Formats: sequence, structure tokens, C-alpha cells
Amino acid sequence: MHARSNKVSSTPETRTIAVEVLRYQPGDATTPYVERFDVPFTDDMSVLQGLQHIKDRLDGSLTFRWSCRMAICGSCGMMIDGVPRLACHTFLRDFWPGPLRVEALAHFPIERDLVVDASDFIDKLPRIKPWLEPGVPLRVRAGEHLQTPAQLARYESFSHCINCLLCYAACPQYGLDNSFLGPGLTALLHRYNSDSRDAARAERMELVDSEEGVWGCTAVGYCSEVCPKHVDPANAVNQNKTASALSWLVRLLPGRA
Amino acid sequence: MAARRPYVRPMDGWWRRDRFFLKYMARELTAFFVVAYALVLLAGVIRLSQGRGAFEGWLDGLRSGWSVALHLVLLAVFLFHTYSWFSIMPKTMPPLVVSGHRVPAWAITAAGLACAGVASIALFLAFAGRPR
Amino acid sequence: MKRSTQPPFWLLFGAGGMLSALVGAMLVFLTGIAAPLGLFGAGTAFTYERAAAFAHQPLGKLAVAAVIALFLWHGAHRIYHTLHDFGVRLNAFTWLACYGVALAGTITAAVALAVV
Repeated sequence: MHARSNKVSSTPETRTIAVEVLRYQPGDATTPYVERFDVPFTDDMSVLQGLQHIKDRLDGSLTFRWSCRMAICGSCGMMIDGVPRLACHTFLRDFWPGPLRVEALAHFPIERDLVVDASDFIDKLPRIKPWLEPGVPLRVRAGEHLQTPAQLARYESFSHCINCLLCYAACPQYGLDNSFLGPGLTALLHRYNSDSRDAARAERMELVDSEEGVWGCTAVGYCSEVCPKHVDPANAVNQNKTASALSWLVRLLPGRA
Repeated sequence: MAARRPYVRPMDGWWRRDRFFLKYMARELTAFFVVAYALVLLAGVIRLSQGRGAFEGWLDGLRSGWSVALHLVLLAVFLFHTYSWFSIMPKTMPPLVVSGHRVPAWAITAAGLACAGVASIALFLAFAGRPR
Repeated sequence: MKRSTQPPFWLLFGAGGMLSALVGAMLVFLTGIAAPLGLFGAGTAFTYERAAAFAHQPLGKLAVAAVIALFLWHGAHRIYHTLHDFGVRLNAFTWLACYGVALAGTITAAVALAVV
């Protein structure tokens, strides 16, 4: 929490910004079309609040996902002036006088208006085994699984992912070929591989070593740029390229298969 | 309930949509220039194997205005390659911890660029500035 | 799940990228600008006598072969993936067009250096 002054901003009065939304209704239109709305706003208002104003006062059919309004649930990801951002974490004042273009998250099929079909991500989640697999059976009596600060530091940043999918919208390789595992899932996979309490690294590396794993990445790096939680998925993916290549070399040694 | 009909947007020209992607493309296109220079050197090695006359012909070719101009372009591209290479290098490394602190990416990049500087100076001293 | 075949090519790409990032610019400057224009006395370093003497030594042969080969393998891998970025379909033909040139160049350099 940071201290806030009672003053909202340097321009407390209401201004108006043009918001151009890419609309799409599966039943009606054949292709998406742009609709423009004039949104009155004060400097404290997010793009999400602007969309809520449109839905409440201008066009109730506008469809979009949102929940927490505070950049932790990951629901409101969308393309804002061509950049993947969380709508609740982006302010209308920064785009004035506009027009501001809002579009559904890139590289996913549009379901309706600003809602995308994220089922590819959801379906892939279990494949990375996003849970701790203990190597040996553990007993509650034995007590907690202890971890040093250094052990925690190895995976902590990768555990901050909120599944907002901004990194997938940023990744052109995922856009070109969605069989690619992608930045977010690889970061999550790496989070578990790097956790001292986990023993399933070998199984996860099978996925990493495949063409759909890290080898679909060309180190564009935009995923880490747009991540609102500084997870650095580019690092998770490319670190694992090095690991995958080294394990390939090791397999060449006699006696290893 | 209405039938679903998800709309898939085309990827044509994706790299033109954002400055970040344009910089990425510029980095990737350096590969053509790296290959071009390797082929210039390969030509030189072939000419060298064919004897004095052939090799001096290659050297003469390098002295032409077109060749010098090409190499000025190659120089600029190689310098950009050096910068972009060490900029992306930290992403391929696991966290580097020195005396309890994680070494930041910019420090790794700076170290790489410094190594390039040292290697370049060593190469320069080895092959140039020696009046014989 | 099938292992990707990329690792060896990525490793060659990395080696060539590192080598070209460290010495590429200076090599271009010395061979393509300084020597032809006679700057910094570089013109005396690239005579037939000096070049042949350098290429006669095993380490000299290795150095020249490494620069040519690794630069070619670096470029091939990156160009192959850039074609995909531009929407070109990746198939056996594009694979051969990229990596085949690197292989041909490597063999040619090795043969030429062996003969010098």
C-alpha cells in the first residue's frame, strides 16, 4: 500500500475520450467491426471503468471479462492501442485525447466482443503437471517441508503468474502456431521444476524438450515486457533451451540413452 | 443459446504492428549479413588455395568502392548484432548469484560487451598497426 | 513425446552468434575497410605471404574454418526461423536451403584450407 494524497490528479474535471472497441457477435456479424464510444472520465479512471461506463450507460451488449479490478485475478486482459494490457491496470488519462483502440487479446479466437476463447491454455495446463510431486511418500507427522530463503528465491518470481494471458497475446510464435506451449505455461512449469520440494522434473522436461516445448520460441522477449507481475517468462523458456540443449549433449555420451 | 463461432484473426504483417517487433525483426535480419560476410571470407579462402594470383585478385576486389561500401554496411550490422546478442544473452541464463545478490541482466550485458571490446582490441593489435 | 531435433543446430547457432558478436565487427573492419584502404598498417597484414603463412599453421586453419563455418551455421538457423516469421512454410526444401548452404560452405572451407 502506498500513501495517496486526497487530490485525485492535476485535472480533476471530467473530460471525454473516444474509445474504439472491436465488436463481434457470433450470431450477427460475419466479421468484427469497430464501434466508437465517447466516454466521460476523470483522471482516476481505468480503461475497465471506461468499458463499464459503456456497458452501463451506452450499450449494454458490450461483453468483456473482469473481476478484481486490482490486477490480481488476470481476467481483464485485452489489447489497448495494440499492446496487451490489463484494463483495470491501464488509465484512460494516458491516452487522452484518443481515440483509444480496445480489442480482444491477440492470438486467441474472439468469442464475442472482448472475450476470447482461452481453452487452448486451459487444456494445456494439466500437461505441465502444475503441482508439487513429492519424490518419496511424506508423513504429516514428519512436519513441514523446510525451505531456505535461497531455495525459495529460485522459483518465487515464477510463482507470481496470474494466468492473465498477456504473454500469449505478446508472443508471435504462439500466434503463428498455437501448438507451442507458450511463455506462461513454461514459466509455471519452470516454477515447479525449480522448487526444492518437487521431484517431477524429468517428466516435465519431456514436454520442454519437444518441438512444442521451448523450441518453438525465438527469443522475441515481448512476453516478459508485458507481464504485469514481472514473472519473466522469456527467461523461463530460454533458460530451459540451454538445459534442453545440454541434456541433448549429455545423451550423446556413451552409456547414456 | 446462440451458436458459437469463434473468430480467428490473421497474423499477416504481425511484425509491423509494434516497435518491439520491428526491433526483433531487425535483429533477426542481421543473420543475412553474417552469412554474407562468411561467404566473402569463404571466397578468400578458396582464392588462397588457388595460389598467389587468385588471392591477389580477391584482395583487389576488396579494394573496390562497392566492396568498401558493403563492408561499411556489414560493420554497422555486426555492431548491432553484438549489442542485440549480449542484450538477449541474460535471458538464456539461470539466475547468477554473487555474494548473496542476483546479478542483474544489464550487468551481464555490460560484461559481454566489455568482452567484445577486449577481443576486438586484441584482434586489432594482432593484425593491424604493425609496420613491416 | 518426440524430442526436438533443434538442440545441435541451436548450439551451433549460439557458438556462431557468440563468435560473431565478439570479433565479427572487428574482422569486417580489418579485412573489408582497413586493409583495402591501407589504414592502420592493416594492408601489410593481408598479403598473400602473410595469409598463406597463417593458413599453413594448424591453428590458423582452425581459426579461419571456425569463423566461416560458425558464422554460416549461426546464420542458417536464424534465417530458417525468420522465414517462418515471415509466413514461409517450413519444409524439407527450406530446411535444405538454409542448413544445406551452411554444410556446403563448411565442407568447402575445410577442403580449401586443407589444400592451402
